[in-house]
Amino acid sequence: MSSEAEGYPLAQFRKTYFEECAELLDALQSNLDLLSNGSGDGETMHAIFRSVHSIKGGAGAFSLGALVAFSHVFESLLDAMREHKIAVAPEVMQLLLRASDALADIVSAARNEQPLAADFAADIVAAMEEVLLGAADPSTADTQPKPVAPGVDLSGERRYRISFTPHSEMLQKANEPLLLIRQLRKLGGLVAVVDSSRVPALDAIEPEAAYLSWVFELDTGVPQSAIHEVFEFVEDDCDLKIEDISSRAIVVPAAGAPNPVAAVAEKSPDAPVAALTPTQSIRVDVDKVDRLVNLVGELVITQAMLTEQGTLLPVDHYPALIQGIEALAQGARELQESVMAIRAQPVKSVFARMPRIVRDLAATLGKEVRIVTAGEMTEIDKTVIEQLSDPLTHMIRNALDHGIEGPDARIAAGKPRQGTIHLSAAQRSGRIVIEVSDDGRGLNREKVLAKAQDRGLVAAGATLSDEEIDNLIFLPAFSTADVVSNISGRGVGMDVVKRNVQSLGGRITVQSRFGAGSRFTLSLPLTLAVVDGMVVSIGKETFIIPLTAIIESLRPQAADIHPVVGRGEVLALRGEYLPLTHLHKCFAIEGAITDPCRGIVIIVESESAGRVGVIVDELLGQQQVVVKSLEANYDPVDGISGATILGNGRVALILDIARLREIDGRTDAEWRADRHPKIPHTAVNVREETPHAA
Amino acid sequence: MAKRILTVDDSKTMRDMVAFTLKKAGYEVGEAEDGKAALTVLAGAKFDLIITDLNMPNMDGISLIKNVRAAAQHRAVPILILTTESDSTKKADGKAAGATGWLVKPFSPEKLLELVQRVCP
Amino acid sequence: MQPDHPPIAVSQGQGNLDRPAAGENTQQFITFTLGAEEYGIDIMVVREIKGWTDTTMIPNAPAHVRGVINLRGVIVPIFDLRARFGAGLTVPTSMHVVIIVAAGTRTVGLLVDTVSDIISVDPKSIRPVPEMGLPTEDQFLEGLVAMENRMVTLVSLAGLFGKSAELAKRNFTSDLTKAA
Repeated sequence: MSSEAEGYPLAQFRKTYFEECAELLDALQSNLDLLSNGSGDGETMHAIFRSVHSIKGGAGAFSLGALVAFSHVFESLLDAMREHKIAVAPEVMQLLLRASDALADIVSAARNEQPLAADFAADIVAAMEEVLLGAADPSTADTQPKPVAPGVDLSGERRYRISFTPHSEMLQKANEPLLLIRQLRKLGGLVAVVDSSRVPALDAIEPEAAYLSWVFELDTGVPQSAIHEVFEFVEDDCDLKIEDISSRAIVVPAAGAPNPVAAVAEKSPDAPVAALTPTQSIRVDVDKVDRLVNLVGELVITQAMLTEQGTLLPVDHYPALIQGIEALAQGARELQESVMAIRAQPVKSVFARMPRIVRDLAATLGKEVRIVTAGEMTEIDKTVIEQLSDPLTHMIRNALDHGIEGPDARIAAGKPRQGTIHLSAAQRSGRIVIEVSDDGRGLNREKVLAKAQDRGLVAAGATLSDEEIDNLIFLPAFSTADVVSNISGRGVGMDVVKRNVQSLGGRITVQSRFGAGSRFTLSLPLTLAVVDGMVVSIGKETFIIPLTAIIESLRPQAADIHPVVGRGEVLALRGEYLPLTHLHKCFAIEGAITDPCRGIVIIVESESAGRVGVIVDELLGQQQVVVKSLEANYDPVDGISGATILGNGRVALILDIARLREIDGRTDAEWRADRHPKIPHTAVNVREETPHAA
Repeated sequence: MAKRILTVDDSKTMRDMVAFTLKKAGYEVGEAEDGKAALTVLAGAKFDLIITDLNMPNMDGISLIKNVRAAAQHRAVPILILTTESDSTKKADGKAAGATGWLVKPFSPEKLLELVQRVCP
Repeated sequence: MQPDHPPIAVSQGQGNLDRPAAGENTQQFITFTLGAEEYGIDIMVVREIKGWTDTTMIPNAPAHVRGVINLRGVIVPIFDLRARFGAGLTVPTSMHVVIIVAAGTRTVGLLVDTVSDIISVDPKSIRPVPEMGLPTEDQFLEGLVAMENRMVTLVSLAGLFGKSAELAKRNFTSDLTKAA
């Protein structure tokens, strides 16, 4: 509907329309992928058609000319294909993919009210029309819409005789003669004469048969076409004759007075209008979900407080109360998991954008590349998903730009002509792991190392393991392309990707084999808002260590602690040497336990620092904590990833294990050395010194 | 007593707009997103008019019309189909299946109301 | 959780006769003391006044940052104003007062000795602070106003938290903020 009828909330409908377009385009993309993989079925083609059909329908309503025009041709092509008039050949498939890309662009331009070049996608339209022409069958060619006949333009009134005999089919289609008669009456002076001669006796009447016929005489100034229009729905189901009898006298048939049969039965339903059929999903404002998340978070805190108070009660005095509190804790935990799950969405929405990026870029670069995705249904917190798009896009563009070789180079290297990028997501031990790998040329370690040394990022003559060299690419201002490629986007380097990922609480590493390809691994927290934590004390202060980072905790023996000159201590544990970090020193906390053998050492693992032993005073317990922002009202604190409120109402800071290396003040070399310290052999500690990967 | 109209279309935008126009004119409006859902709705309540799109998943408009015309409850209810100008075969199919009339997309609210008045005053 | 401090103690002023009534082109300030000095802060930024409660320390923070507290579920940092003014660290007791203020988009707490009064001041009577040769971002004193028998130094939040306001503009993990 394209009207400015008063109060018509066009803007609201427009918004809904474009939201729907987004979903339709997604579905279109998915189904086209299925079709091109050969894994679609008969229904797939229909679904594809419907997506474009719906987009076109709405476009007309909002007068989006370019969109209507393009989607019309696209729809015609798809219609022909679903009727098997055109086969799904590879070239046609390609055309469909290009068309769907173009359609998305046109929708986007319409949505943002940006003008499009007049010949935008003209080549695609031409190609589609050509395919259609090839399949055109004159007998089924679409008929042009009937132009509204201006009709005979006679001035003044005319008299028409209309003889009208409905067939039973007409009544079966719920067309009511009475309503038609009323319509006629609106056109002018009407005299209606009914012929009821065919009506049988009451007991022989079939309710759905048509026994009546009429002759009307209508004096009207409207053109004859207007009269036809009244009968337009029933033309095929009746005998209709309209004659202009203006020059003749009125003839009244002998059958008596007009006797139209009232056929309308008044129905008076009392039941309320039927509810919407149950749908499988509902749309909810993100704000409402966030509010729910906050409220549940508060609930969890209150419940923790109750639990704490419960422990202060005399044992066994209030068993029912304690039980109630435990039940509450269980319920709160489940509630929290459920609420968190609401915010979790499949990564599919982000992954779905990648095939197009690959197509476009591969075409521009003249390379042949396909992308294979897995684990699209892996769920991750909504806000994390939104922020994943940039780093993923960038990594894929990188893979295309620098990783995958051109077709000739690949063949020369004995690889298949077409390069493959694998994109996968999976849940692994409380985190989401996303991998982007390619079978391209891999990292050239010599070049990387040389560049790093050139820029003073690595001391000349330093020895680095393969993995360490690979991870140099994450250092700022690092690029192996001599000219920063325009394609990978304005010189945005892997360091920005790394920072993006880290700001999500995630980590990224790379593994590569020269000549074979590279694999980037992102590890992200399931959700940022809740953390399972180990509550520890250091001096008077209480901290939380995320449980997912903890490998184990122990009270070491003095014999396992070895001092390393100038840098503190390492802990010998099952053949490994782990640097020990005294947080009380890093954080300047007084009154803490300094001797690891009198405190607890918690072995934590992070990708940046590897395995480290953190010395704390005591373990105070495990708790699920709601992460509160420190940065909302203060500034980021190095080594702290957030805060939470304990059961006793006090604030506890959450440690950022990944920053351990930085806050400890040790350098990379020192940390490495700590892991492989030159420890003099003693009678007790005879061990192989095999270097491990960090 | 207000007349009740069921609008059947897989496009939410379309349903919203039709419902808005009809409600404003004093009708009560029910919605269904495809033929199958429409049948469920129809089984549970009475309607005075059905306006349906033709291209829908799960059950399309033509099948819906056939089903409605085959069952006793809504056999005599007027059914309007929404078509696009190029849909001539579909229109014929619709008519053959038992549609009362049709409305060509895109349509203006006024046209919608006029047609609704014609078959379901 | 500790109960909120009882409402502000309003000192016996000399009567409001000579002061312009609130609302007639006046600005209102809440006055507080640090030792023998009296200061005022724009009432429009004051959200709450509570008693001192133990804070959770923030590692490696400047001396005047006493730590954070839980203010009904929100993490709020507490700044020792005496220390911020360079006059040494406060030794807080339960009699000390924390003024919760809105500094831009942030909520922060200011640790002071006592809160005394609400004064209404004609902006025209505010005198500029004498040049102290400090860089602009450390200019946390907005002006001086003469009351009956004392001088009240008006404090500027922007000056107190100039740097923090800059840092606040940086975009960090939005979700942590949402979770708060």
